[in-house]
Amino acid sequence: MNRSVMHKFRLYVAGDALNSTQALANLTAFCHAHLPDRHEIEIVDVYKEPQRALADGIFMTPTLVKLAPSPIRSIVGTLSQTQTVLQALGLEDLAA
Amino acid sequence: MKSARPPRVKVTTKAPTGITGFDEITGGGLPRGRTTLVVGGPGSGKTILALQFLVHGAQDCKEPGIFVAFEENARRIVSNAESFGWKLAKLQPKKLYFVDAQPMPDLVQSGDFDLGGLLAALEAKTKEIGARRIVFDALDVMLALLPDPAAERREIYRLHQWLLAHELTGIITLKSGGDEPNASSQQPFGFMQYMVDCALILNHSMVLGVSHRSLRVQKYRGSSFDENDSPFLIGNGGIEVAATHTLARKEIKVNYERISSGVERLDTMLGGGYYRGASVLITGFSGTAKTTLSGAFAEAACRRGERTMFVCFDSNSTEVIRNLASVGIRLDRYVKSGCLRMISARTITGSAETYLVRIKALAKEHGARCVVIDPVSAWSKSGNELTTQSVADRLVDWSKSDGTTLVCTSLLDEMSGRVEGGSQLQISALVDTWIHLSYLMQAGERNRGLSIIKSRGSAHSNQLRELILSDAGVTLADTYTAGGEVLMGTLRWEKERAETAAHENADAAAKLKRVRLDAEEAELEVRLKSLQVELVAKQVEKELLVRTTASSKGELSRGRTQIKELRGADAAIPKRKVSPP
Repeated sequence: MNRSVMHKFRLYVAGDALNSTQALANLTAFCHAHLPDRHEIEIVDVYKEPQRALADGIFMTPTLVKLAPSPIRSIVGTLSQTQTVLQALGLEDLAA
Repeated sequence: MKSARPPRVKVTTKAPTGITGFDEITGGGLPRGRTTLVVGGPGSGKTILALQFLVHGAQDCKEPGIFVAFEENARRIVSNAESFGWKLAKLQPKKLYFVDAQPMPDLVQSGDFDLGGLLAALEAKTKEIGARRIVFDALDVMLALLPDPAAERREIYRLHQWLLAHELTGIITLKSGGDEPNASSQQPFGFMQYMVDCALILNHSMVLGVSHRSLRVQKYRGSSFDENDSPFLIGNGGIEVAATHTLARKEIKVNYERISSGVERLDTMLGGGYYRGASVLITGFSGTAKTTLSGAFAEAACRRGERTMFVCFDSNSTEVIRNLASVGIRLDRYVKSGCLRMISARTITGSAETYLVRIKALAKEHGARCVVIDPVSAWSKSGNELTTQSVADRLVDWSKSDGTTLVCTSLLDEMSGRVEGGSQLQISALVDTWIHLSYLMQAGERNRGLSIIKSRGSAHSNQLRELILSDAGVTLADTYTAGGEVLMGTLRWEKERAETAAHENADAAAKLKRVRLDAEEAELEVRLKSLQVELVAKQVEKELLVRTTASSKGELSRGRTQIKELRGADAAIPKRKVSPP
């Protein structure tokens, strides 16, 4: 895999709800470990931008969307199981 | 979060659903500003009920609504709803907003999550359109994704709190597991049933191969409600619940008006006709002219200009019109003028409940004052006896509260041998007037007999009458009771003829005698006259005789005197007889 590809993530959170902060922490830790300097994280607080949640069809929080590289993938939850997250995002080889 | 909701006027504590019958059993609708749980198996009508609630709110109550679809695609729900005639396109998106919240099929989940996103989105939408009503359809789909029961409870609680905080009148629908009626008590649904203010259970079962839907209000905080299972059906306009008017039942205004049965003599037998708003039952075997009698009633009603509905179960309406025309009952012109509505409803499918609700809806649509159901016994074919009986109850109840005059016919099973017996629907106990038609087998012929078994509130004839059908219409004839036997048909005719003949004979004999007496009288008078004449003649004769006798005597004595004078002999003697006659 091309090590220079930029990974773009968008994380929808519900304010400072426990599972949302957990998800953010897990994502940050994960990116630091596997994608140092090759990631961008956009955080959308559905409480602040409810119209955006409605438009994007985000009803469960936290939801992580991987925008790049394609394909777009999304994953719901606190992202606590690293292996599941990697699989879902198509980043299995990073774990190796 | 502080919300600036539009000012809300608290009018009632209940939000009407617009579902026929449902608002009656709950005394006005769902609890306003509270949450209602609707639990039911597959195809039990949860989505329709919830959507009807929203449509009514948006259309008629100025209460915009949001529909959150967890299971079905919103577009599909909208297109399904079109079949009920709900104009969803016009309401969307300002008054009715659909949120597609189906989880993606390939959704990956890692760890715990919550519904914060949904509620935030809904909050924005609620504010935007000023929603007062909200439906979460098939919430169980979403709940199933949550990792543990504790999380499920937490999300239900979150949702409930959110609804209460926004004072939205909410419906949450949940699937109950399979066909088990008890499945709703499972977690987390059981928990939800305790939490919400109102819970409805929808059932869809098969009774003897006939579909039967029913609805039960399991709980309703702070309100009385009909606790029984209420049958309902999904009709052309959505859900219609068959409610008996048990709560706050209005006393029916008693009517003294009499209306014609269509047969003059029958009116006389009933003391003036049926009462307006009465229920009339006509029982009899097949071919005893039940349809004809009810047709006569329909014709009479149309002639008075009353809108009438004729429901035939066993034959086609066109056939009924043709058949009735053969006995002088012409219904076709009233069908043409729109006064009469004929409905064919062959008893192939559907429960008795379905029929009742349809008939009620059609009668309402037509504005019928008189309704004929021919035969009502067709209902007992579908479904179990218990439900059809309660349907009959409600039929009579409905016609009474509506002031509709109802004429039902009921077929008696010849094989059952219950000649005078009650009909299977037990409707005979409920109706006001019960007319029984029977056959009388006698001297090789079958004749129709009519008798009134009961007629509440009016004196009625105890006589059995013979029912005669002819081109000229329906007539009733006296039967002959001779030697403890009732004579009908040819025997009656013979008896009638014999009696007429005897009468004529007696008449003739009397006339003859009179003529004879007249002749005798005349003869006597003539004789009397001649005798009188004779008498006069005799008297004249007698007078004449007297006179002649006297004159002759005078002549004689005068002669003798003259002779004596002439003779001049005996001078002393003539002094005695000097006077001449």
